[in-house]
Amino acid sequence: MNTAIILAIARKDLLEIRQNKGAWVPMVIVPLIFVIFLPLVMILIPASMDISPQTLAGDSDMQMFIRNMPASMQQSLLGLDEMQRLLVLMLGYFFAPFFLIFPLMFSTVIAAESFAGERERKTLEVLLYTPATNRQLFLGKVLAAVIPGIGITWLCFLVYTLVLNTAGFGVFHRLWFPLATWYPLIFWISPALALLGISATVLISARVQSFMGAYQLSSSLVIVVLVFLFGQVSGVVYLSVLVGMIAGLGFWLIAGVLTFLATRGFNRSTLLLGDIHSKKR
Amino acid sequence: MAASIRKKQDIFNLEGKFAKDFMITDLENVIQVQNLTHAYGTRMALDNISFNVQRGEVFALLGPNGAGKTTTIRLLNGLFPPSGGQMRVLSLDPQTQGDQLRRHCGVLTETPALYERLTAIENLQFFGTLAGMSSDILQNRIDEWMNFFDLSLRSKERVGNYSKGMKQRLALARALLHNPQLVFLDEPTSGLDPESAQQVHELMHSIRQKNGQTIMLSTHHLYEAERLCDRVAILNRGHLLACGTLVDLRQQFFPGERVVFEFLVPASDELLLSLTAHSSVLKVDQPSPNSIKIQISATNVIPSLVSHLVSLDAQIVAVKPYLVSLEEIYFKLQQESSQ
Repeated sequence: MNTAIILAIARKDLLEIRQNKGAWVPMVIVPLIFVIFLPLVMILIPASMDISPQTLAGDSDMQMFIRNMPASMQQSLLGLDEMQRLLVLMLGYFFAPFFLIFPLMFSTVIAAESFAGERERKTLEVLLYTPATNRQLFLGKVLAAVIPGIGITWLCFLVYTLVLNTAGFGVFHRLWFPLATWYPLIFWISPALALLGISATVLISARVQSFMGAYQLSSSLVIVVLVFLFGQVSGVVYLSVLVGMIAGLGFWLIAGVLTFLATRGFNRSTLLLGDIHSKKR
Repeated sequence: MAASIRKKQDIFNLEGKFAKDFMITDLENVIQVQNLTHAYGTRMALDNISFNVQRGEVFALLGPNGAGKTTTIRLLNGLFPPSGGQMRVLSLDPQTQGDQLRRHCGVLTETPALYERLTAIENLQFFGTLAGMSSDILQNRIDEWMNFFDLSLRSKERVGNYSKGMKQRLALARALLHNPQLVFLDEPTSGLDPESAQQVHELMHSIRQKNGQTIMLSTHHLYEAERLCDRVAILNRGHLLACGTLVDLRQQFFPGERVVFEFLVPASDELLLSLTAHSSVLKVDQPSPNSIKIQISATNVIPSLVSHLVSLDAQIVAVKPYLVSLEEIYFKLQQESSQ
């Protein structure tokens, strides 16, 4: 296996992404909102505007959320005052599913740019004339999507941790984040979702002609996140450590199946003949 | 011109070891195609074509759009399997040894298809790495080709800012970067100004002479093919209409000799009738009032024809042999094929 070729393909795709504002601007704005802006608003505004945390924490929905929480998660609220409880609930638990958006979004944007974008810009055929094997082409392109997909998610997690502990220090007087539930979320589920997003995008890219087409279709994967978001808000499913581990296993299995299907269909013949037939339609 | 040739010599003297590594020896026929057939769904793109290309040849694929030229190049590079027939390229099977084969091939596609968001250097570095070139050799060759094609001053600029001609020159550099044994050029002078096109013609001549590289050229420019190619294959709708040298094709499709007489004054009807009736003359055409093109069985009848015309008081100013052009052969075959 010639790693130089795989790395060259990945590097080329990342260089192209860097030049495509339409692809990377959302990848910067969305994390900025969820990782910095909203947490700061939630921590600093109640203090500065003198909003009583009792009002928010006493909300009936919030009470139901707390009542239905698994014991392990309820323990994290013990000994906290109302403001601290509010921040743990909002930023520690409610926000958790939003972090599942990141690996999906980053990986699908880059994979769509890498696979469908190559077809859209009509550079695919020239790439197929190179000595790179089908496997090297596939791995190079997956690597280009998976590294930022996981890497930026972890970076966001690091920044989120810093923001919550720094801005929230006045409330907690200690380092309180991350909570235990975040570890499976970030280090187990996120990589699985990144791979799932990439493999789904590869399969979609074989059937569409443009980057936007592939990106829009693969964006529907965000439903996965909505399941956790609304499941948790409605008190049905909580992203506890156990649920996180089980969900992660499920995502890895789905990602494995999709990756198998994607690699099976990723060969010169399918790529080029699919391209020729789709141009005729 | 001299400077251009010097540039070329520099390129071909560069890294002789690299060139040697990629040299395939003892191959007379670098391409062997037998009964090659390919269909896209129900549409037949290639129908049972056979031809060989010899090492060091410049071989042209000629034909209108949809003739099967690009499909042939794709099949020969192992991009997909044919519906039928056999191929050997550089003694390799494109289907099972495609990755190995493509190390020795360079392809210029119909459109430059460059990464327009990357610089010219980044483009060449990418393709050179994929071709397995070491970084020091790659850098040297990038510098040489950028110089050769007069792109050095803008080598760090994004390719999207390049003109059509600059993109075509860069795409040519990409195809030749790894010193391939077999070069496929699909419309290489498309979009180039006459000076650049001339440079490409010189380049094609040089790469064959210096390194014995074989070139398969797909073109619509019949004059270009006539001037540059050793042999041509004429295709139409997937059928091979003819294949051979220009001399072969002339003998096959326009047998006999032709000569043009030019007169001081327009040729009279009496002169034309007299020539038509002459026993050595097979056919008479009048391309212009002052000239007559005559098809004859052999050149040794020309003196008697001249005497005959002089006896008729014809004022001859020139007698020139006439060679049938590739264009005439091409259009004759295409018309017959369409009928």
